[in-house]
Amino acid sequence: MQLFYHTGRYFELVFNAFRRPERFSIYWKQIVHEVDKIGVQSVGIISLLSLFMGAVICIQTAANIDSGWIPAYTIGFTVRQTLILEFCPTIIPVIMAGKVGSNIASEIGTMRIKEEIDALDIMGVNSAGYLILPKIVAALFIFPFLVVISMFLGIGAGAVVGELAGVVGYADYEVGIQYDFRPFQVIYAIIKTLVFAFIITSVSAYHGYYTKGGALEVGKSSTQAVVYSIVLIMVTNYIITQLLLV
Amino acid sequence: MIEVKDLFKSFNGQQVLHEVNATFDPGKVNFIIGRSGSGKSVLTKCIVGLFEVSSGSILYDGREFTSMNRGERKAIRQEIGMLFQGSALFDSLTVLENVMFPLTMFGNMSKEEMKERANFCLKRVQLEAAHNKFPSEISGGMQKRVGIARAIAMRPKYLFCDEPNSGLDPQTSIIIDNLIREITVEYDITTVVVSHDMNSVIEIGDNINFVNKGTIWWKGTRNDILKTENQELNDFVYASEFLKQIRHNLG
Repeated sequence: MQLFYHTGRYFELVFNAFRRPERFSIYWKQIVHEVDKIGVQSVGIISLLSLFMGAVICIQTAANIDSGWIPAYTIGFTVRQTLILEFCPTIIPVIMAGKVGSNIASEIGTMRIKEEIDALDIMGVNSAGYLILPKIVAALFIFPFLVVISMFLGIGAGAVVGELAGVVGYADYEVGIQYDFRPFQVIYAIIKTLVFAFIITSVSAYHGYYTKGGALEVGKSSTQAVVYSIVLIMVTNYIITQLLLV
Repeated sequence: MIEVKDLFKSFNGQQVLHEVNATFDPGKVNFIIGRSGSGKSVLTKCIVGLFEVSSGSILYDGREFTSMNRGERKAIRQEIGMLFQGSALFDSLTVLENVMFPLTMFGNMSKEEMKERANFCLKRVQLEAAHNKFPSEISGGMQKRVGIARAIAMRPKYLFCDEPNSGLDPQTSIIIDNLIREITVEYDITTVVVSHDMNSVIEIGDNINFVNKGTIWWKGTRNDILKTENQELNDFVYASEFLKQIRHNLG
């Protein structure tokens, strides 16, 4: 019963968030602010993780290929496929669920316990729209850029590390990353990213918006936001993959 | 005028308010007093629409609020100002931006006019010098005054104050009380104050509603409250030995 209750309340909140804004100019300002907070301020951590993941995947692939029958370009191919299909569109959003999701839940949760959301409601402001919609729009806009940056950096790092470690030369790696390239796989990755961006922002906002109590409950909401976001990312990852790639 | 008629409110089958009838007059400071857990906060939240009532009606100058749809309620809400217990100022906005916030959302003014109005409201609460500060940089009393400035920015017809003196020293409490009283009379606002603070009640209360066991137990003026023989109200008003002694001495 609790599952139905939360699902219904979640969709009601999302529906309210998408109601017509009171002032577009105010929402626009909020969106720009959120793009900076959610996206631009995450570029550093995303870049760092992508560089190391690309490097590690390259070395691990090389270490697992001992047969002379397998061409060296397989390393480049594997790095590309791993990054485009799974690491960048799934693991990066999982990391973002931890960074951005907990931030959204604690921010909105604190506003709830400090009665700031009640203040918005009493003024006649659609609190769900004002607080949640800009975050969803900003994440839908900026997440694909983050994921594409991550793909380029990861693949680039694989090339550099492959050459430096002496496991695959630039030429073979380049052949690998171009081999059997299907642009649809990038589209698939972007679709996944958009869905995950929506899940992270809306689920985290839901947990923050319905926080009751004090500081302890804000912390609890923040944890729940991350856990539920990650679980939903994993479940929808499977569903989208089944629908688009099989 | 705000009228509450036969209001009932339950949570998960447990009745919190029953048969509440009250009238809050314009140009008067109307108090809702009562013990913690008596239902006064729930009553206030029902009146402003933060809680849906189980049954009964709430009328804002004859306009039935409970049966209104979202859009109609929005229009009424723009006529309501509210001062919260914790002030509920937006931490990320400066004092001036906090006061300007309702104007930017709903006002049809230019930016200059909005600034002018916000500065006027800040001047009214004697805080024009703090306009560039953030809520975290000012004291609790100042935050309450900013809350009042924000509440009156849209020229409300109805003002709700939830525990306006909680956490304030007696002198600052008197400043806030006087401000509420002056604003109520000056702009002919229907003001509803929820409080435990008997000093405020005696100082500025015109009409007093004592909530006990989920209903309005007693109604009267500040003069009536001092002379009442109602046992529950006396227990609440003269809770301390000190006050009991004063009453005894006054006969």
